[in-house]
Amino acid sequence: MEIKYLYYLLYVVGDLENLELFDGSLLVEKITNKWYDDFRLSNFGAIITFVGVVRDEDGIDGLSFDIYEPILNSWFNAWQEKAKVKGAIVLMAHSKGDVLNHTSSYIAGVCSPKRRVALELIDEFVEDFKASAPIWKYDIINGKREYALERSTAIKGAGILS
Amino acid sequence: MVRVEFLGPIGKEPLDLDISNLNELSIILKDDESMSSWLQNSAIAVNDILVQDKNHPLKDGDKVSLLPPVCGG
Repeated sequence: MEIKYLYYLLYVVGDLENLELFDGSLLVEKITNKWYDDFRLSNFGAIITFVGVVRDEDGIDGLSFDIYEPILNSWFNAWQEKAKVKGAIVLMAHSKGDVLNHTSSYIAGVCSPKRRVALELIDEFVEDFKASAPIWKYDIINGKREYALERSTAIKGAGILS
Repeated sequence: MVRVEFLGPIGKEPLDLDISNLNELSIILKDDESMSSWLQNSAIAVNDILVQDKNHPLKDGDKVSLLPPVCGG
């Protein structure tokens, strides 16, 4: 029983290591190089990364993010299970707090034996991330945070209390 | 008591309420003007699991979270 529990813990922690949260802008080269070094010897033939960069538009100085980690962790672990069925793994890094224009707030990655699975999975993973991950975005304008409601998506099943 | 947390931009202090299901929470929050624009677009989690049933039972020590529309990345 105890051994089973230990393996379970190792498994969960192992998944969560593939989800990294950082204060402020992401150090893209450091994160993506680490992912490459961590996984290039694991016989994955395809390693794909998507890097999101904050654009200078509508007079913003940058973006700011709040994250609810307990549900983000369970969302990510569900994706890890989905990837595992296809022999793949998913990776993710995201910023908390302020991220200035022309720096990165989000990196997603997929490693899989062959390219087709990785190409398809990164698309689904990033789209579901935008629709479901419990992260809230604010524009930084004149030093103040303004919630980006018009660019946000209600989580599936929202509104049951209305 | 059930703790009710308002996440992200809702910006409301947590509440501790004596309620036994989500329907009772709905009745209380509908009387709160500051929540009027959030109830229709917020998802609900009980103990960090998303739920979609308004009759979901609640017990002493449960945590309810309101999650407004999201936009990561």
